[in-house]
Amino acid sequence: MLQDTLQKLLGIYGPTGREGQVVSALRGMLEKNVDSMRVDTMGNLIVEKKGKPGGKTVLFSAHMDHIGLVVADVEETGYLRVTNVGGVSVDNMRARHVTFGNGVEGVVMCQPVRDETAGIRHLFVDIGAKDRAEALSMVSLGDVCVYAPDCIPLGKYRLASPAMDDRCACALLAELLLSKTETENTIVGVFSVQEEVGLRGAAAAAYQVDPDVGVGLDVTAWGDSPEVKLPSVRLGEGAAVKFMDNSMVATPSVRDALIAAAERAGVPYQREVLPFGGTDGGAIQHARAGIPAGTLSIPCRYVHSACEVIDMRDMESALAILREYVKEPILA
Amino acid sequence: MDLKTLCELNGASGDEGAVRRAILDAARPLCDSVRIDRMGNVIAFQKGRKGDRRLLFSAHMDEIGFIILDATEDGLLQFRPVGDIDSRQAVSKYVLVGEKRIPGVIGALAIHLQSDEQYGHVLDYDGLYIDIGAKNRDDALADCPKGSYAYFDSGYEEFGDGFAVSKALDSRTGCCTMLRMMEKQYDADVTYAFTAQKQVGMRGSSGAAFDAQADDAIVLDCAPAADIRGVDKALKACEAGMGIAVSFMDRASIANAGLYKELMDLAQALGIPHQARRDTAGLSDAASYQRTKGGMRTCVLSVPCRYMHGPSSVIKLSDVQAQYALADAFADARKPLHK
Repeated sequence: MLQDTLQKLLGIYGPTGREGQVVSALRGMLEKNVDSMRVDTMGNLIVEKKGKPGGKTVLFSAHMDHIGLVVADVEETGYLRVTNVGGVSVDNMRARHVTFGNGVEGVVMCQPVRDETAGIRHLFVDIGAKDRAEALSMVSLGDVCVYAPDCIPLGKYRLASPAMDDRCACALLAELLLSKTETENTIVGVFSVQEEVGLRGAAAAAYQVDPDVGVGLDVTAWGDSPEVKLPSVRLGEGAAVKFMDNSMVATPSVRDALIAAAERAGVPYQREVLPFGGTDGGAIQHARAGIPAGTLSIPCRYVHSACEVIDMRDMESALAILREYVKEPILA
Repeated sequence: MDLKTLCELNGASGDEGAVRRAILDAARPLCDSVRIDRMGNVIAFQKGRKGDRRLLFSAHMDEIGFIILDATEDGLLQFRPVGDIDSRQAVSKYVLVGEKRIPGVIGALAIHLQSDEQYGHVLDYDGLYIDIGAKNRDDALADCPKGSYAYFDSGYEEFGDGFAVSKALDSRTGCCTMLRMMEKQYDADVTYAFTAQKQVGMRGSSGAAFDAQADDAIVLDCAPAADIRGVDKALKACEAGMGIAVSFMDRASIANAGLYKELMDLAQALGIPHQARRDTAGLSDAASYQRTKGGMRTCVLSVPCRYMHGPSSVIKLSDVQAQYALADAFADARKPLHK
């Protein structure tokens, strides 16, 4: 089920550029239910469920990677010096438990800072090593750590966890591929890499797949916590159909097909105008000579923190919309 | 072709002609095909003995420089950098302007005449000019019309314990390495891309990548070294003389993790001096190769370079040798160590 799939995916290590473990997990989940599966040069997992002749090819992209810190150097005293991979905020990262791909654990701290704002260069990771040599026997330069898995329920419908951005959409796409969909259209699921550093994986994937239409699946920011008003998207009020962000203006015929699907499915949805940010949808839209594209978003609070919160009712709404949407992915 | 000859040529982004001609002449006798593409990249191809792998090596031809915008009524040239140059590195430097290589100097108010406030303020390009000793505006623009390029007049010198100083080491070192590689033939098919306009945003390589027929792209570049006074041991980024710097990521691309490991292991196994590049600042042409069309595996091999993007960048020549040794070993490898 959707929540089980999500919780499985949330526990897997997979920062930007190091998504291999997520690929393995998804391969295991999907292999019996799809027609083909491959990993491309960049590391994107590209999965296909064939439709019938005459059907359209619809690409969905959900990114596997999440933000982290890369080990840039090690102090003689064994502390790791790091720099960001993706949009890391010092405030969110401070005093956090992190984990590496090989299971090494650490805590992130910030050195005392005078007369300036703390930056990434002031952070360090303590992995319990007594000196540089011991630290380098545990991790290598270039290794990336992420917030340690920690998924907790909040109230009746909500979950807080690191990596909700974008494993919740990976779960959604996996469930879509696992479910029976009554459509003549071919569904291509792209589990993309390196979204957090600039939509890099999806761009290469869209070129290879060359679909008739593409849809990004991602979280979007929230407008319902103290002193936060934009975007005007609220948790629990349904999946959000994107109109615009910094990476794209959604193609109207795709955007409206998503809205029509929500209405046919009879589930709540919201309209989203995000005054910043970008998703794989943007990279798909600009691929080749241009591909009609849109984005369906899951509202998510505290994005890029270790406690990104979503509402499972929005996930259910999104899945219902996608099941309808694949029948008519672009309005005539 | 030696590094001195390559570095003494002038070739800022968009003005790579002299470098291009020299590279064409050197590459033609050594390669099966050499062509100039529409972005001004030189693309040389050497068929392999077996053709079992398709490799691409890439280095940018262009350097940082200046471009003339206009002249003041009293004949001083107004200019802007082409590529990023710290204006503090520009003040009081000799330059050569335009096709006639007119000598000039980048001027600013002498210390005697500065107020305390002026002294504490960094001059930006609005406050600097190039003085070519012209009588007036017409005189200045006659020799150095708008759109002329200007270059630091700092040549190339070797000094000290195997170091070299020049304006254009970034990345004529990479060009030099590729010209040396061409003297051999490998089992693999090898494309050598000498790219244009890297310093203004990796523009040449995006065209080169679109046409390229290769599986792996190795980019040969320079990386800023911080092995200088006042920098903590753990913040040195990379160090001149400590070997070729292999990048796990920079601001525009993440190395393929398998390829990075392959190169590090190869250097280790063969005793080639190498270091992980311990910093992710800066951009490289790898961004283009990594994700144009369906993408390639990429990694960057950089020569550590002190005082980069100025008139007097410094490298250690043994690091260029290490760059050649590792690139050559990778091209020569009978089979990849990891897959």
